[in-house]
Amino acid sequence: MVYSGKKASESNEAPVEPRIGVFICHCGTNIAGSLDVIAVKEYALTLPHVVVSENYAYMCSTPGQNMIHDAIEKDHLTGIVVAACTPRLHEPTFRTATANGGLNPFRFEMANIRDQGSWVHMHDWDGGTEKAKDAVRIAVAKATMLEDLYPMAVPVEHRAMVIGAGVAGIQTSMDLAKAGIETYLIEKEPTIGGRMSQLDKTFPTLDCSQCILSPKMAEAGRMPGIKLYTLAEVEAVEGYIGAFDVTIRRHARGVLTPDEAAARGIVGGGCTGCGDCSQVCPVVRPNSWEFGMAPRKAIYIQHAQVVPLIYTIDFDACVKCGLCETACGTKKAIDLNMEDELFTIKVGTVILATGYETFPIEEKSEWGYKLYDNVISSLEFERLICASGPTIGHLIRPSDGETPKSVGFVLCAGSRDNTGIGKPYCSRFCCMYSLKHAHQVIEKIPGCRAYIFYMDIRSFGKAYEEFYYRIQEEGAKFIRGRVAQIQELPNKNLLVVAEDTLLGMPVEIEVDLVVLAAAVQPTAETEVVRRLFGVSCSADKWLLEAHPKLDPCGTTTAGVYLAGVCQGPKDIPDTVAQAEGAASAASIPIHSGQVELEPYYAQCVEKLCAGCGMCVGQCPYSALSMIVADDGRTVMTVTAAKCKGCGTCGGFCPGGAIRMQHFTSPQILAQIDAFFLGGEQ
Amino acid sequence: MADEWKPKIIGIICNWCSYAGADGAGSARTQYPPDVRIVRVMCTGRIDTLFVLKAFADGADGVLVSGCHFGDCHYLAGNYKAAKRMFLVKSVMQNMGLEHKRFRMTFVSASEGAKWAVVINDVINTVKEIGPSPIAAERKRRGL
Repeated sequence: MVYSGKKASESNEAPVEPRIGVFICHCGTNIAGSLDVIAVKEYALTLPHVVVSENYAYMCSTPGQNMIHDAIEKDHLTGIVVAACTPRLHEPTFRTATANGGLNPFRFEMANIRDQGSWVHMHDWDGGTEKAKDAVRIAVAKATMLEDLYPMAVPVEHRAMVIGAGVAGIQTSMDLAKAGIETYLIEKEPTIGGRMSQLDKTFPTLDCSQCILSPKMAEAGRMPGIKLYTLAEVEAVEGYIGAFDVTIRRHARGVLTPDEAAARGIVGGGCTGCGDCSQVCPVVRPNSWEFGMAPRKAIYIQHAQVVPLIYTIDFDACVKCGLCETACGTKKAIDLNMEDELFTIKVGTVILATGYETFPIEEKSEWGYKLYDNVISSLEFERLICASGPTIGHLIRPSDGETPKSVGFVLCAGSRDNTGIGKPYCSRFCCMYSLKHAHQVIEKIPGCRAYIFYMDIRSFGKAYEEFYYRIQEEGAKFIRGRVAQIQELPNKNLLVVAEDTLLGMPVEIEVDLVVLAAAVQPTAETEVVRRLFGVSCSADKWLLEAHPKLDPCGTTTAGVYLAGVCQGPKDIPDTVAQAEGAASAASIPIHSGQVELEPYYAQCVEKLCAGCGMCVGQCPYSALSMIVADDGRTVMTVTAAKCKGCGTCGGFCPGGAIRMQHFTSPQILAQIDAFFLGGEQ
Repeated sequence: MADEWKPKIIGIICNWCSYAGADGAGSARTQYPPDVRIVRVMCTGRIDTLFVLKAFADGADGVLVSGCHFGDCHYLAGNYKAAKRMFLVKSVMQNMGLEHKRFRMTFVSASEGAKWAVVINDVINTVKEIGPSPIAAERKRRGL
């Protein structure tokens, strides 16, 4: 917002007769093709206080904005109404135009005649025109009552928080830290790395996933600008852009880092990652990071490249025998009585990077996942084919440990599925990793056949289509059609029953192993974090960006940004690109040092306030409190910086003593009256 | 039919969920009848029962209040508070001689454009079934 000027309290000029300018946008044919813009323009001139009414092809264009600018000067306007798309898209544009014309930007009101007008009444010319006239009348009624408002400038903490430390969170944190911003990286697992660290190779370059990620993990772990908290989750959030107070629960790890040991006065102590403790631990549990295909102890690290390299006690499994304590010796890194820790961090902006989990494919029982030993998921395949995995890279069938001679890859396992059990969307990266998997079995197991059961192959990225050709040439067999059923044969082989829609006939293929490319879905934690930060989600529960085209990293909560798959399925390049975008977006308010909050805060009209105090309990942000006024009466007062402008107090006050700026009761009632009681001159 | 009665219905809706959902219906070009006019507020929590009752006193055939789903409020709990408050509307409507069904509170999220169209269709059909507001008829008779 370019406008700046005197404070509201300094403005005490005599009220002037409102002079409103109305501007009707054609939006090309988006509006003008479905309703009579000329009739709306002429109708506007019949409304009280309207002194000018214009129509133009694209009001948001520079000439369109100049019309507003010029009219403010020429016609001495006190209020602007633009009837166009939605304020959620162009309110900022037209506010800027209003300010450029010399009027306070909050003297602008928008009538939504496209998104909620012409687009939803495309075949009702008369009905749409009438509705647009009413929308203009309602907007003009509000515009005549608008007043000068001044955004509040609030300082921004020079710190950011990133929630989720997969490749998206790591990239964002490193970018922020390199830009000189102290960054808190919060991860629920004992190590950073996320899903990418579980992958063997990445398409289409076939570089080893850990080889490219591990150095990044290590660098993030030792960067002074990054404060890393693993085994940590967000418990509560307060505040707003510039000053979020985020309460973190750090789960008891049972093991001290060298720093923590030093803080306790243990000289030269703390975990060095030597693993002596794990060797003596008598408790064995499945390693969830390896999908239960490898064992781990009750004191463990998930894999060799963990960052930080600190052991973790699984307190659900630990029997507190104390053998680890003895083995640790003088390092004294183990504390079997450690408890969860709660602390609050103040940050200016927050990036959510909570990633994904796979859809529970056992719900599609026709494929036999978890029923038949030799039906595995793609992530399990990644671990089995990985040299650092539980089988040291030897792909085996789980039933007998034999090397498979034929593998079936079932794509869209739960994706693009409208049956109600699966997900309606495309999970986007499964085609490509399944091609990679086919390549890996052909390369690693001479003579092994790879069958790819697909609906469409979506090789959408740079060098992806070429990779697809390459896998075809390597001899993978492609069968187009969704797999109907997988049956287990007595020898534990699997019969994949599908329709080949290119041949137009059913096919049955016997394979040794089936790999299901499971749909992806947001993690359970995403929903928790989303609600804490007040971020919207799409119908599929992916976090909703502020605008799909123009603000893909932002959210409708100021100061909260999105990176990676939590916003929707993405492959690694897209994830990293968005992570860099989110880091850039999140650093802008921090480097600006202050942000302007919309001045939609509540005010108490003291002479009307009876001091009942009922509003105080209504406020979700504790922005209201009771004070003793100069005349000795108890009245409410608002801490403007805490108020987010919801108006819940104003909607409740029995005495009408609360003024919600820009949404005052007289302004809202005027809009209601304008619709029902007319207002034409 | 040119002289078919068209109900006058007002929707007072929140900026973050229902207004965004209504925009979503537009982006998807979902068609519905044009009988509902919209007033935008930041949160349904802002909606004083007075606003709804004033609309009815002005002769509204129907009033729709729509916000975020419970648990999804941009301001934590404004929609819960609005929903509690709106019970009062129904008891006053009875005294005004108005049918309860003329008032509706719904929950439409930013991603539910299709649901918004369903809600609008449903509200319009319900109001059409009941017919014109007696207050509107009285205002007309008195030439107000």
